[in-house]
Amino acid sequence: MDEQTVRHVAKLARLKLSDAEIARFAGEMSAITGYIAQLAKADVAHVEATVHPVADRNLWRADVVQPSFKREEAAANAPESEQSFFKVPPVIE
Amino acid sequence: MEELLNIDATEAARLVREREITAEALTALVLEHAGKTEPKVGAYLRLDVDGALEQARAVDAGKVSGPLAGVPVAIKDNIHAKGQPTTCASRILAGFTAPYDATVVQRLRQAGAVIVGKTNLDEFAMGSSCENSALQQTHNPWDLTRVPGGSSGGSAACVAARSAFISLGSDTGGSIRLPASFCGLVGYKPSYGRVSRYGVVAFASSLDQIGPFTRSVRDAALSLKVMAGRDPMDSTTPERQVPDYPALLKNNLKGKRVGVVRSYLDEMPNREVAGAVARAIDHMKALGAQIVDVELPHAEYGIAVYYVVASAEASSNLSRFDGVRYGLRKPADNLLGMYEQSRGEGFGPEVKRRIMLGTYALSAGHYEEFYGRAGKVRTLIKRDFDSAFEKCDLIAGPCAPFPAFKAGEKSDPLSMYLCDVFTIPASLAGLCALSLPVGFDAAGLPIGMHLQAAAYDDAGLLSAAHALEGVLKPEVDRVPAIA
Repeated sequence: MDEQTVRHVAKLARLKLSDAEIARFAGEMSAITGYIAQLAKADVAHVEATVHPVADRNLWRADVVQPSFKREEAAANAPESEQSFFKVPPVIE
Repeated sequence: MEELLNIDATEAARLVREREITAEALTALVLEHAGKTEPKVGAYLRLDVDGALEQARAVDAGKVSGPLAGVPVAIKDNIHAKGQPTTCASRILAGFTAPYDATVVQRLRQAGAVIVGKTNLDEFAMGSSCENSALQQTHNPWDLTRVPGGSSGGSAACVAARSAFISLGSDTGGSIRLPASFCGLVGYKPSYGRVSRYGVVAFASSLDQIGPFTRSVRDAALSLKVMAGRDPMDSTTPERQVPDYPALLKNNLKGKRVGVVRSYLDEMPNREVAGAVARAIDHMKALGAQIVDVELPHAEYGIAVYYVVASAEASSNLSRFDGVRYGLRKPADNLLGMYEQSRGEGFGPEVKRRIMLGTYALSAGHYEEFYGRAGKVRTLIKRDFDSAFEKCDLIAGPCAPFPAFKAGEKSDPLSMYLCDVFTIPASLAGLCALSLPVGFDAAGLPIGMHLQAAAYDDAGLLSAAHALEGVLKPEVDRVPAIA
């Protein structure tokens, strides 16, 4: 995996990485994806993927409002909030 | 009093119930002992001394009762306890206070357990040695130069060090079972869906389960009984009856068929581990079990499948840590910059590596090659178990390829991943599985056996482990010296 790919993936993952981290990850992720490449040997023709280990049916609940946190409680851990809204830096100028 | 530290939780609960000791005295004893062991072991990120004593006094006053009344219990710090920080051993959760109890914590409290503190882990439960904690190093009570295993290293170390009777861990690919084998404990991963994950910081949602570390199988059975069952807050918990696990424990293995993958033992480089596990299998035969050979031909792909599936799910789950609603925020002049800076500074190297790997495996052009294929091989692994469980009721083998290793010994990520070779397939298939202490190597390090059963045969698994524990007790009943 080259450094250009690592930079692209870091952007998708919203991670700021230093140049040293990018160089290191290029090497380490090459080794890991190289190991994962052994999956190509398995015969998966006509095999459905498992995304959930136990095939119980889905459990639905009634679509009604339940008691929940007060807004102040939900915002209590926010790094920045105003009138119990989450405050963030500008999205558009 | 000191000898009370070595009894199990079931016995401790009995002593409190029959008023042979007060919950407050028992809690104070454990806290005092932790005061001595913690400077060396470092299992806890936080001990809640005042809160614990207050909970204990409530038990003594008769305000709380239940099967675990007065028993000191520790919680892995990726599980919420209301009003206390949850750090996940990460800098990105600095300043976070849990606004509610996880369902498991709520159920433990209802059963009368005394929550004494929160324990160290590999950051976001990603690791096999506990060395990926961004906050603290935890040492193995059996040899302080060695790791306790991971990711639930603090939870394993505190129960081994006698500074809690029970602890909770989370297990995604072996994070309860591996540290249990390294620390000489029973480590139980329930069947997928058996225990609610509500209030646990999600890592890989198709794999995560919560379970206990205990010093006896009956304690694991009791803990599971308290915690298991439907929770409307976790849609993966089915409406299935919760058996009375402790009442179903037996002292023999008559009629049980125990499957063994011969190559795991024959080809194991560490002969002491292979020998201890083989002797335990002989004990199972003596207890009435029939030993049968089974094959798991696709299990060799387990680690490769796991690092695709778990990383993909983690990259999605950990997107919530963005500096907006909780945790670390690094200032930037726009929103995207704030996300990137906060995440870049807040996450440690292993967490970043997994997010990167998972994002890559899900990205355009690579999805089918990685995530798509891994899901199909996961089906093959699951089918192997389905076939095996037609021939046997349990599968027995080693839990880890070796006993606890030295801190700093495994510096490259891939060699660390390979520690979980025996535990990962059960997670991928949603089975119940546990580690049981079966002996010690020449250096005095514990060796664990891995026992697996079909999904939702938790009662059968615990019963078999209990029978085996009964005959092994004289060999494995040791207390770490912590020096």
